[in-house]
Amino acid sequence: MKLTIERAALLKSLGHVQSVVERRNTIPILSNVLIEAGSGAAKLTATDMDLTIVEEVGCQVAEAGATTAPAHTLYDIVRKLPDGAQVELDVQGDQGQMRLKSGRSTFQLATLPKEDFPATQANDLPQAFSLQGKELRELIDRTRFAISTEETRYYLNGIYVHATSGEADSDGGTKHLRGVATDGHRLARFEMPLPDGADGMPGVIVPRKTVNELRKLIDETDGGIEIALSETKVRFTFDSTVLTSKLIDGTFPDYERVIPSGNDKMMEVDRKAFASAVDRVSTISTEKSRAVKLSLADNTLTLSATSPENGSATEELEISYQGENIEIGFNSRYLLDIAERLSGDGAQFSLSDSASPTIVQDAGDTSALYVLMPMRV
Amino acid sequence: MTERSEPARRPTALCRDCLVLFDGKPADGRCPHCQSPRVVGHPELASLSVAHLDCDAFYASVEKRDRPELADRPVIVGGGRRGVVAACCYVARIYGVRSAMPMFKALERCPDATVIKPDMARYRVEGHRIREMMEASTPLVEPISIDEAFLDLSGTEALHQGPPARTLAALVRRIEREVGVTASIGLSYNKFLAKIASELDKPRGFAVVGEAEALDFLSEQPVGAISGVGDRLQTALSRDGITLIRHLRRYEETELMARYGAMGRRLYAFAWGRDPRPVAPNEPAKSISGETTFDDDVDDPAELLRRLWPQCERVARRLKAADLAGQSVTLKLKTRDFKIITRAHKLSDPTNMADRLYRTAEPMLRRACDGRKFRLIGIGAGDLTAGVFADPPDLLDPDRGRRKQVESAIDAVRQRLGDHAITKGRGFKPGR
Repeated sequence: MKLTIERAALLKSLGHVQSVVERRNTIPILSNVLIEAGSGAAKLTATDMDLTIVEEVGCQVAEAGATTAPAHTLYDIVRKLPDGAQVELDVQGDQGQMRLKSGRSTFQLATLPKEDFPATQANDLPQAFSLQGKELRELIDRTRFAISTEETRYYLNGIYVHATSGEADSDGGTKHLRGVATDGHRLARFEMPLPDGADGMPGVIVPRKTVNELRKLIDETDGGIEIALSETKVRFTFDSTVLTSKLIDGTFPDYERVIPSGNDKMMEVDRKAFASAVDRVSTISTEKSRAVKLSLADNTLTLSATSPENGSATEELEISYQGENIEIGFNSRYLLDIAERLSGDGAQFSLSDSASPTIVQDAGDTSALYVLMPMRV
Repeated sequence: MTERSEPARRPTALCRDCLVLFDGKPADGRCPHCQSPRVVGHPELASLSVAHLDCDAFYASVEKRDRPELADRPVIVGGGRRGVVAACCYVARIYGVRSAMPMFKALERCPDATVIKPDMARYRVEGHRIREMMEASTPLVEPISIDEAFLDLSGTEALHQGPPARTLAALVRRIEREVGVTASIGLSYNKFLAKIASELDKPRGFAVVGEAEALDFLSEQPVGAISGVGDRLQTALSRDGITLIRHLRRYEETELMARYGAMGRRLYAFAWGRDPRPVAPNEPAKSISGETTFDDDVDDPAELLRRLWPQCERVARRLKAADLAGQSVTLKLKTRDFKIITRAHKLSDPTNMADRLYRTAEPMLRRACDGRKFRLIGIGAGDLTAGVFADPPDLLDPDRGRRKQVESAIDAVRQRLGDHAITKGRGFKPGR
C-alpha cells in the first residue's frame, strides 16, 4: 500500500476516527485505525466494538492495499506536521511496519494485519429515514444533558428515540419523532414531526458515547443525515462519514408515567432573567446540595439559598402567577441546565406541590418538555 | 498540695503509683512517699503537654484480663488458619512473635502460644471506655486507632490541679484499675516526638522527651522511628545514605522536598524536632469503609457478592450512625498475591443505604472477576455529605422510597433485638 495525502485532510479524518478509539485498550487491534487505499481515496475505520466509524478521504493512491496502525499515535504525528504538508503512507511487504514520510520527517509505525481488524456487519437495517443536520443537532442538544451516568441503570445511559402513535400527542393526531433522556432527577423530552420512513420504527436507546461522537461529527453538517436502524443497531450516514453503533439492549422505562398531568399552578418567567438570578443566588448554596428555593406568590418569585458556611441570598423576580403561595426547592444546576436548553423568551413552569415533579417548557412551544424532581430545602 | 505552695520551683519528678510530685529524682529512685520504684523524673516534666497514649498489646491484654489463667502464657490474637498476628502479649514477644507477622511464622517461633480469634466488638467496647477516660482528661484527643491517641493537655493544669504529666499518670492508673489493661505514655512538646517517646519504655511505660534534649535524642534514632516512614521510604533513604535522623540534617528543606516530595518537608521539620501539626480531635472522616479477609481465596462472583453484602450493611450502618451519606462507592479487592484492586463509581446522588451500595458495587465486582482468586473484599463510601441529602426521591424509581423504608425498618428491629434478629434474603445463612 502506498498513498499520498494532504496533511489537513488526513488530520480532519483522523481527528474524527481516533475519537472513537478508547485510550486504554486490552485488545491491541482496537487501538488501531484500519486504512484501506482504493482508487483515489482512502477509507479510515476505527471501532470500540460498540461504535464504528468509517470515513472516506480523497488522496493519491500509488498502490492499493490495506493495513492497521495505532490511531492515537498516527493522529498525534499528523497533528504536529506543518500546515500544507504532504503525507506519504507506505507499507511494503508484510514486515509489520508502516512508513510515514512528510518533508524531512520519517516515522516507522508498528502495524497489525488488516485481517485482525474486527468487521462490523450492519447490513440488515430495515428502517430508514433522514433528518436535516439542524434537526438532529437540536434533538441531541435539547436532551443529552439529562442522560444518566449511573451504570447500574444502563438503560438510561442514552437517548431513547422513538415514534409516537399520534393518538396521545398534544396537537391531536400528528405523529412525532421523540428523543427522551432522564437520570431520575430530571427528564428531557424533545419532539418533531415524524419524518417519512420513521413510522413504526422500534424505540431505540442510542448510547451516550455514540450521541457525543455523532454530535461532534455533525456540528457543521448542513445537508441531510441518513438514519437506518434495526432493533439492535443504528447507522448514520452523512458527508463522507458512516457511523454505526450498537444500541443499548434494555427497556427504557415508561417515561410518560413520570410526566405529571394534573399540575395546575402555572408560572411564567423571563427565561434569561430567571437563569441569571438562579446562577447568582446559587453562589451561596453549598457545593454538595446546590439547593435553591423558589417561593411563588402573586406575580412575584423569590429565589433564595442558605448555607451554614456561606450565609444567605435572596432575589426577587417579576413573574406571571396567580395561584396560591407555594415554596419548592430545586438543584440549581438542574434549573440552569434546563433554562439553557429552552429556546424562547419565556419559560413556563407547571407546578403541583413542593414534593411533586414540576414541568418546565418554552412558553408557547411544546416541542421541548422538561420534568424536574424537587428537593427538600 | 504541698508542691503547689512553692510556686518558684516546678516539680521535676512524679510517682506514677501515688501521683505525688516532688522536686528532683531521689538517689534510690524510689518515691519518698510510697517507696514505689515507678518514679519518672525529667527537668521539663511540668511544662510538657503533648502526649501519645498507646495501650500495651491491647487485644491480647483484653483477652488475658478475661482469662486470668492465661496471665503468664504466650497469647496471640489473630485471624483463623491464615492471616496475621493482630496482637501478641509480651510473653509471646520473648519468643520473637511480632504483630503483623504471618500466623504460621508466629507459630513456628512460639508453638505453645494460645491463639485467640479477634473479637473486635469486645475490643471496641473497651476502646470506647478508654476513649471516654481520655476525653475526661482533655477535650483535645485525637484518636489514631481504638487503643491509641494523641492528647494535648495544655491549659488543663487548673482543672486537674497539677501538670499534664500527673494527669496522664492518673489516666493510665485509672485505665489499669477500671479497664484492666496497661498503657504507655510518651510525653513531649509535639506529636511526632510524643509518638516516638511512647515506644521507648513499653510496656507500662512513661517516657519524656523535652525540648532541651530533643535534638540530641533524635540524632541517634533511626529514620524508621518517624511515623510515615515505611519500608519503601526507608529503603530510598538508606540508598541516599540516610539511616539515622541526624543524617537528614545534612540537607536543606528544599533538597529533601525535591527528593522525597511532600514527605521531604515533614522529614526536614522532624529532623529538627519540629512538628507543626496540632492535636486535632474528631477529624471528620473522609470515607467510611468495611472489609473482610476470607479463610480461603474466592474467585466465584456469586460467593464474593455474598461476602460483600454484610460489608455493605456495616458501612450503611456506620453512615447512618454518623448521619452521613456517601456519593462515591469504592470496591476493594485483594488478590491472592496481595495486589490491591479498587474500582470506584460516582453516584448521581449520595446514599447511606446498604442496598444501593450493593447494587452499585455489583457490576464493578462482576467486571473485576476474571478468574483471579481474591483474599479480601471491601466496600467504602466516600465524598461524604450530610445524611439529609441521602437517597432523594427518584422520578423513575418510586420503589426507592419503599426500599429506604424497608431498610429503616430492618435497622429499627436490629436496634431492639440485635443484628441477627432480621436479615435480608441475600445475607441469609441457613442455620445461623
